[in-house]
Amino acid sequence: MAQIKALVITGFGTNCEMEMSYACSRAGALSDVVHISDVLNGSTRLADYHFLNLPGGFLDGDDLGSAQVESVRLKYARIQTSGRTLFEEIRDFIDRGMIILGVCNGFQALVKSGLLPGNPVGKRRVSLSFNDSAKFEDRWVRLAVDPQSPCIFTRGLDRIFLPVRHGEGKFVCDSDATLGEIRNSRLAVLKYADDSYMPTMDYPANPNGSIDAIAGICDPSGRIFGLMPHPEAFNHPTNHPAWTRLKELPEKGEGMVIFENAVEFLKGII
Amino acid sequence: MPYRIEVGLKPGLFDARGERSKKQILRAFPALDKNIAVRCIDVYTVDGEDLDNAWISDAFCDPVIQDIALNAPFTREFAWYIEVGYKPGVTDNVGRSASYALHLITSRHYPVYSGRAYLLSGNLSRDQAEKIAADCLANSLIQDVRVLGPHEILGVRPHIPVVSLNHVPAVHEVSLDLDDQGLIKLSREKTLALNLEEMKTIASFIADPEVRRIRAQMGLGEKLTDVELESLAQTWSEHCKHKIFNAEIDYQENGKRERISSLFKTYIQGATRDIRASAGEKDICVSVFTDNAGVIRFTDDHHLVFKVETHNSPSALDPYGGALTGIVGVNRDPFGTGIGAKLIFNTDVFCFADPAYAKALPPKILHPVRIFEGVREGVEHGGNKSGIPTVNGCIVFDDRYLGKPLVYCGTAGIMPVQVAGVPSHIKDIRPGDLIVMSGGRIGKDGIHGATFSSEEFHEESPTSAVQIGDPITQKKLTDFLLRARDLGLYRAITDNGAGGLSSSVGEMSQLSGGCLIELDKPPLKYPGLDPWEILLSEAQERMTLAIAPENIDAFLDLSAQMDVESTVIGSFTDSGYFQCTYERKTVAYLPLEFLHNGVPRMHLFAGWEPKIEPDPLTPVPEDQNAKLLEMLSRLNICSKEYVVRQYDHEVQGGSIIKPLVGRYADGPSDAAVVRPILGLSKGVVVSNGIVPRYSDIDTYHMTACALDEALRNYVCVGGDPDHWACLDNFCWCDPVRSERNPDGEHKLAQLVRANKALYDYAVAFSCPLISGKDSMKNDYIGPGIKISIPPTILISVIGTIPEVKKALTMDFKSAGHLVYLLGATRHELGGSEYFASCGIIGSSVPKVDAETARARYRNLHKAICGSLVASAHDLSDGGLAVALAESAFSGNLGVEIDLKEVACEPGMNDTEVLYSESQSRILVSVSPERAQEFDSIFAGDARRIGRVIPEQRLIIRSLDNGRLIDRDLASLKRSWKAPLDF
Repeated sequence: MAQIKALVITGFGTNCEMEMSYACSRAGALSDVVHISDVLNGSTRLADYHFLNLPGGFLDGDDLGSAQVESVRLKYARIQTSGRTLFEEIRDFIDRGMIILGVCNGFQALVKSGLLPGNPVGKRRVSLSFNDSAKFEDRWVRLAVDPQSPCIFTRGLDRIFLPVRHGEGKFVCDSDATLGEIRNSRLAVLKYADDSYMPTMDYPANPNGSIDAIAGICDPSGRIFGLMPHPEAFNHPTNHPAWTRLKELPEKGEGMVIFENAVEFLKGII
Repeated sequence: MPYRIEVGLKPGLFDARGERSKKQILRAFPALDKNIAVRCIDVYTVDGEDLDNAWISDAFCDPVIQDIALNAPFTREFAWYIEVGYKPGVTDNVGRSASYALHLITSRHYPVYSGRAYLLSGNLSRDQAEKIAADCLANSLIQDVRVLGPHEILGVRPHIPVVSLNHVPAVHEVSLDLDDQGLIKLSREKTLALNLEEMKTIASFIADPEVRRIRAQMGLGEKLTDVELESLAQTWSEHCKHKIFNAEIDYQENGKRERISSLFKTYIQGATRDIRASAGEKDICVSVFTDNAGVIRFTDDHHLVFKVETHNSPSALDPYGGALTGIVGVNRDPFGTGIGAKLIFNTDVFCFADPAYAKALPPKILHPVRIFEGVREGVEHGGNKSGIPTVNGCIVFDDRYLGKPLVYCGTAGIMPVQVAGVPSHIKDIRPGDLIVMSGGRIGKDGIHGATFSSEEFHEESPTSAVQIGDPITQKKLTDFLLRARDLGLYRAITDNGAGGLSSSVGEMSQLSGGCLIELDKPPLKYPGLDPWEILLSEAQERMTLAIAPENIDAFLDLSAQMDVESTVIGSFTDSGYFQCTYERKTVAYLPLEFLHNGVPRMHLFAGWEPKIEPDPLTPVPEDQNAKLLEMLSRLNICSKEYVVRQYDHEVQGGSIIKPLVGRYADGPSDAAVVRPILGLSKGVVVSNGIVPRYSDIDTYHMTACALDEALRNYVCVGGDPDHWACLDNFCWCDPVRSERNPDGEHKLAQLVRANKALYDYAVAFSCPLISGKDSMKNDYIGPGIKISIPPTILISVIGTIPEVKKALTMDFKSAGHLVYLLGATRHELGGSEYFASCGIIGSSVPKVDAETARARYRNLHKAICGSLVASAHDLSDGGLAVALAESAFSGNLGVEIDLKEVACEPGMNDTEVLYSESQSRILVSVSPERAQEFDSIFAGDARRIGRVIPEQRLIIRSLDNGRLIDRDLASLKRSWKAPLDF
């Protein structure tokens, strides 16, 4: 069987690359953590990988708004060897049928560069704004998963429990039309939910005031997935915030399913 | 023509930042009309021309949520427009990122200056708006403010805080041929912080004909240059040389005299030496007291590195920048240890005055709520943006921290035992190795930080001592250097903190035997710095490295590729001299021996008179339920969730025991456990202990209690009591007697007693001290007022847990579980929170019985490893009553307790049993099936005092079997959460 190769991009403020790579490896992929400067100088090529991971962090300090400078980098910075932009490389990667997972700051980068919702590719139609609390918060949230969504990462899931750690995670759309399209195409993969896993607008279950309680979306193909919560931070049962209260400790962290689904999907196509 | 750009949210979107600012304003000005509105917009000034509008939009505006205004007002719908921008030369991280974004687009460099505007609407006068700006929105030390009305905004000039020094750099000679008064005056005027004896030592050094002869050969005159004098002052500063800890002290207690030769060597180093000797093969220390941080063993393949520091003085001036610099600064200590460690967690402990402080503030002192919020945010940005989880900490409140807040920041790292074939904890520097500076550029930031913090805080304290950290520049730097480390591209690394290059290169040069720094080589933020300023600048995010000449090209190439600036600034030598040149002329030539060992030893006096007076009668509250609610609402006891939640405590994916635990993840964790190597079941445990209130009675017992608190917190989560180490951080008020400080001998005696306790208890617990820090001048002197902090020690413990799945939390787990109290309760309310709540200090300070405590902690660890324990919670501030309430509401389960079952001293009443702060006690719950096995381990040291019940109530029966406390958990929790729910 072909070896699934995952690429975890880091550098310039990204900081969840090690656990993201660990989750990819545990799920069965061969994972490389690569500094973005190695992509820009041409020594690492996206073409050699199947699974692109954009981890969380504070790219460029989020100084002009989360992942704002990253969207500039993707659009303008050119790869030394080919002269092409990162955005063009990523488009090729997508056109080859490969998959992308963006978590937190990686999700922000995907929406700000117009890769999500991705219709048309490159147009920014949604964004992630300051939490209604105007605070960075670290807390665990319940998430309802839309089983009807095309997302390949959440297959078989109807709920998941993960931590959020962000100050800019409020999902907003540029128009009602965009929101309608997200609803109709079932792109809103994850929604913040209450104790009974029903989507909610109530703080703190919905930690940021996202419209439609949206916590993560995919593109219409289901192969590009971005979410504010951190699946890679629930890579072990002891990551659970109340694991010491559980009668039986599960075998693995719930977040691992996202990565296992990714590897499983790729095994089917390469 | 510069561009003035304003960016704000589109109409109809909720302005969260504006709302938060409004809340802050109304908290500071409760009398204001509640109907004011605040809108927040970002302001950028781009110094340049010919920018395409599309480029500006791409860089600055999120078109989904924001509108942009270019060289025209964003809006004129406001009563007052308050624009806050940085003063020239202050680190502007947002401006730096903006400039970088424009560079990505255009490949050209455009300076960008960032600011923020607060648009106030409502019934407000200009005076009110200006007061809001000054007291709430801006810090005039580092920021400029403009308050504009709706017509004044038209044609407003862009704010361009460019540094123009108009100064031709030069080296000046300084004459020390002065009388005593002249020498003291010189020291004070130049913020040298040198005393008369030290000034005289330097004066006689330069008067030595042999010294003059050698200097003449180097082209130097008969006077010291300012480069040399400033280097000496900072190397000899209290901050760097710990002169008080190394002084010879005559200590007198009850008429007995004792001469102590160096507190540090006798008690701190001495304790570790004795512990290591008796540990033999089980010694866990790898590198202690010799490097930027302490190193202990973790596994066969990895070491742990740990350091805690304070950043008090800068945080008093600019809480945000001071605290941010504190955290990113201490990051560089483990990072600069040996050949560098990867950073795995932060811990923070703050000491503040009451945020609701209502009395008038002395000059130059910021209101405690501003200090609180600024420090909180600085650490938030420093920790979160660096990708290092903040896993543990606490906040202590006492109004004596009004003059100087204490900001303790700690960082741990992990390093492979060997990297590229060499031991990672050793620095190796050879003559001929190049001196390289990597990271940020040099500006006037933080000049005299080391000497400034070696003085008390006064009205004329220099404002240049403020720096603002830049976590992203540092993150890029650490990403790059860890890679260079693994490639074996450098030989040694150290950080640039206090004293800048003069300190980092000065210390490293001892390993090779000399150095030559070319002061015109380091890159500057702006021209016009004098050579001594370049040498002493404490500009942040810089590491100094020793690189073998054959590796320099590879190192510089990788640096450039990863967008980090690195510059060769000289070389290490074996000349025996600290030499600096500027424009090829020697401007400093000091023997290393004199620079590092020439400082005259201080000789100090300390006298201790114990207070022997009995405690007053313990006041008994009329309503015990109400008293418990009041105790839970005390600042030192109440929930700190507001702060904790804003710190990322899970990044890196290895969080096991978080700072917030329990059924609803809001209970107060005793300590933290992390798994630094994902996939490995061995974990790292970290905890803290700090009890400054006890200093009012005796710093000996205060210190013992701080250590015991840290250790019992550590064992509560499952830490191994045979694999632990600790750090000491002393924050003291000036212990040197002088005219301005008449009770110096008493304060020094307090310091001596603290050190004696540290030795006695570290040895008794077999817990080696591996690193530490002291900050000795935490006083404020203003017109007719002096505020001194209570002597404060923070003990930070690091160690391991063999199997993370055995780790434990403090919340009750299940109804029916049996509740035990480990350890004896004595009449020890002196300095307690209970006494403080009654306005009493008392004298019965808790005393630690280390022998029984150590046995108890080992037994508890055995029980935890055998999965016999369901919860463990340490008893600290507020004693048994508070611990019971916390374990109950955190577990969402009630508890029924019988005070008669508590092992206590005869003659104690109910209130004393509830609130005594006797040490080494732990509240434990155990499932009935495990009780027998549990009992057999403790053989009588564990007393069963009650059980966990399904009802949501805390029920405590009195010593005479009455119902003493009966209260629902919800109200207890509400009281506990209320005070800091900002």
